[in-house]
Amino acid sequence: MLGRSANGIFWLFRNLERAENTARLIEAGFRMALTRDARDASDEWRSVIVTLGLRAAYEAKFGGDYAGPNVINFILRDRDNPGNVLAMCELARTNARMVRAGITREVWESVNDSWMRMRDLLARPVTETRLGDVLDTLRRQSTQVRGAMEGTMLRNEIYNFARLGSFIERADNTARILDVKYYVLLPSISYVGSSLDNVQWENVLRSLAGERAYRWLNAGRMEARGIAEFLILDSRFPRSLAFCYGKLRSNLEHLAREYGGETEAHAILREADCDLHHTTIDAIFEQGLHEYIAQFINRNTRLANQIQYDYRFID
Amino acid sequence: MTLGKGCGLCELWRYRDDRMNNASPSSYDEMFAADGSVRPAYRGYSEWYSEQPADHLRRKGTEAEAFFRRTGITFNVYGNEDAEERLIPFDMVPRIITAHQWRRLSRGIEQRVRALNAFLHDLYHRQEIVRAGRLPARLLEKNPAFLPQMVGFTPPGGVYTHIVGIDLVRTGEDEFMVLEDNARTPSGVSYMLENRETMMAMFPELFTRVRVREVSDYPRRLARSLAACLPPAAKGHQPVVAVLTPGIYNSAYFEHAFLADQMGAELVEGSDLRVENGRIAMRTTQGYQPIDVLYRRVDDEYLDPLTFNPDSMLGVSGIMDVYRAGGITIANAPGTGIADDKAIYSFMPEIVEFYTGEKPILPNVPTWRCSEPDALKYVLEHLSELVVKEVHGSGGYGMLIGPTSSKKEIAAFAAKLAARPHNYIAQPTLSLSTVPILSRSGLTPRHVDLRPFVLVSPGGIDITPGGLTRVALKKGSLVVNSSQGGGTKDSWVLDD
Repeated sequence: MLGRSANGIFWLFRNLERAENTARLIEAGFRMALTRDARDASDEWRSVIVTLGLRAAYEAKFGGDYAGPNVINFILRDRDNPGNVLAMCELARTNARMVRAGITREVWESVNDSWMRMRDLLARPVTETRLGDVLDTLRRQSTQVRGAMEGTMLRNEIYNFARLGSFIERADNTARILDVKYYVLLPSISYVGSSLDNVQWENVLRSLAGERAYRWLNAGRMEARGIAEFLILDSRFPRSLAFCYGKLRSNLEHLAREYGGETEAHAILREADCDLHHTTIDAIFEQGLHEYIAQFINRNTRLANQIQYDYRFID
Repeated sequence: MTLGKGCGLCELWRYRDDRMNNASPSSYDEMFAADGSVRPAYRGYSEWYSEQPADHLRRKGTEAEAFFRRTGITFNVYGNEDAEERLIPFDMVPRIITAHQWRRLSRGIEQRVRALNAFLHDLYHRQEIVRAGRLPARLLEKNPAFLPQMVGFTPPGGVYTHIVGIDLVRTGEDEFMVLEDNARTPSGVSYMLENRETMMAMFPELFTRVRVREVSDYPRRLARSLAACLPPAAKGHQPVVAVLTPGIYNSAYFEHAFLADQMGAELVEGSDLRVENGRIAMRTTQGYQPIDVLYRRVDDEYLDPLTFNPDSMLGVSGIMDVYRAGGITIANAPGTGIADDKAIYSFMPEIVEFYTGEKPILPNVPTWRCSEPDALKYVLEHLSELVVKEVHGSGGYGMLIGPTSSKKEIAAFAAKLAARPHNYIAQPTLSLSTVPILSRSGLTPRHVDLRPFVLVSPGGIDITPGGLTRVALKKGSLVVNSSQGGGTKDSWVLDD
């Protein structure tokens, strides 16, 4: 396959994944803001903006005013935010058009359909009344694309690059959410292990669609260490870092088999994978969760760059 | 029979009565004869149509549009910022041709395409036709479509035009004329295929009642036809075919992607390609891989910045050298545009006779060459009756349609014409045949043309039964180009 197509498919799925995760993040923030007083709600929205790396851009426009509707619209559709959700959907679609010959009709149609719906839904400012509908559609569309891919795509190199895009992005997003939320929740490391605000922690899990799974596994006990362990190391949970790296491993292995050799990216992957396998949550907390995650994100980015280089995404 | 307003039968009756009462007698309707009877081609269809309940078809029309939007069958319009992607309107009433009519048409098309290829070979070699005094040499001199780089070179397999689209218009029962030959990179074949898919998805029962010849294997035939023209440098492996597109912002990008997908070929852009070891190679995830046959959808002038337009970002530097050295097959061959030049067009009857030794089966539309003083005089005196076209124009731009233009427009055009007569040809305003379309107010007649698609390989000429019917959606309009608001129809050739 063409390097340019591999690039297109990789970014198509990165953008879709990012749009979906952003929707979850807003959803969790919105829920949180509803149950809080104005000051806490504003704190919550700030943390959402920080997680998405949009603080500078947001404050350039609105200053320190973190009113819900401003935040929601800034993330979803504001042109002053070049990484808004609508732009992600559009980018995903542009990439899909570019690799049209490499994806099935079903995948293309669901990406296209998803873009058309979001374009219509986000044509005017999103009120709090409409927010649920918008986020719901976004998530549902994402599920539809995934389903189309699962059900119709050949399991070949194209599929591998799609999956690499999805899981590089998902690992990055999970790590960032955990990092920021943790920071907000724990201004000082001495808080670790103390009894915590259950609602806040449930919110972290909700942002990652993991609240039900976690509760089921832990009989409802909310505890920082347990939650961090779940999100980082539990390879049964599809948004955990360990799960994402398991998928990255199998897809890179498949590529190595198909192409008859490993690349530099495989070495980085091995290092990261090994680390996730052998570390424990205690070791992570000992090192410092924030430091651990910063290191993880850094290596994840290196892996993404190396994949793009090794497989000749660009000239 | 008691059927509600808007039922199929009522609509057919109304269409028929309108035709009989107030249609201009000069235009030939392909569905109803002058005496009000249904023509043979439409018998099966009109029976089916008359059974359709009220508004059923219009509802289907809305479905079809949603279907096209979702599948992304759009085209981009240059110079229109709002409408980055537009749908070419699709009309659900098919254009139907009988097996008998098609046999004659395809014989005529085959003859013409054979002549076109022989003509191209001759032009780039001995120019016998010029020596014989049948074609003025001035038509080649300084003609930008004639490429000196092709002189003395024979493309792999001897094929110049791997894909040709012949635009036909009809004025009567057996009167089909060639309006234009498209020998460069004819487009529209994806609409031919998708229109059929849409019709079959929406009206499956119709296809069990009326036997229509298949078009869906076109991409396979195209792939086979391209693979039959391997360059000398191709090794004995499976041929590597790629489609070269200018990119996603090109108006026909959908078609490029569609064809690549259907053929199982790579869809490449200029930036994916480079010269390596005397071959054109594409950048794959595993390094550069040579291409055997490049189906390019990029015009000649953008193909090779080293040879043609140096500012082109769409082509590949050095491809012409590789081509001439036998490293790649380019389809269509560079320089084929000379054969569909509108100034050459008027000589096509002579060209067909010269190379085939036969009388042309399909006539040209009568054409005045404005470069000839007598013709120019006539054209200037009769502008209000004529259609005047630029010799190198395409897509319905820059033309004058006398009968529908104002005095002011005609005067302005006359000045342009007088200043550069060589730049124009003129044709009578034909009364093109009509086929009904389903509009909001029911069935109503509109003018159509037909573009059959022809594949040429060393093994022979292969014509897909049918083609693309373009329809002028505006009442009375004769311009069918999609860039000018034309639509398309599914085109049926009936099985015997």
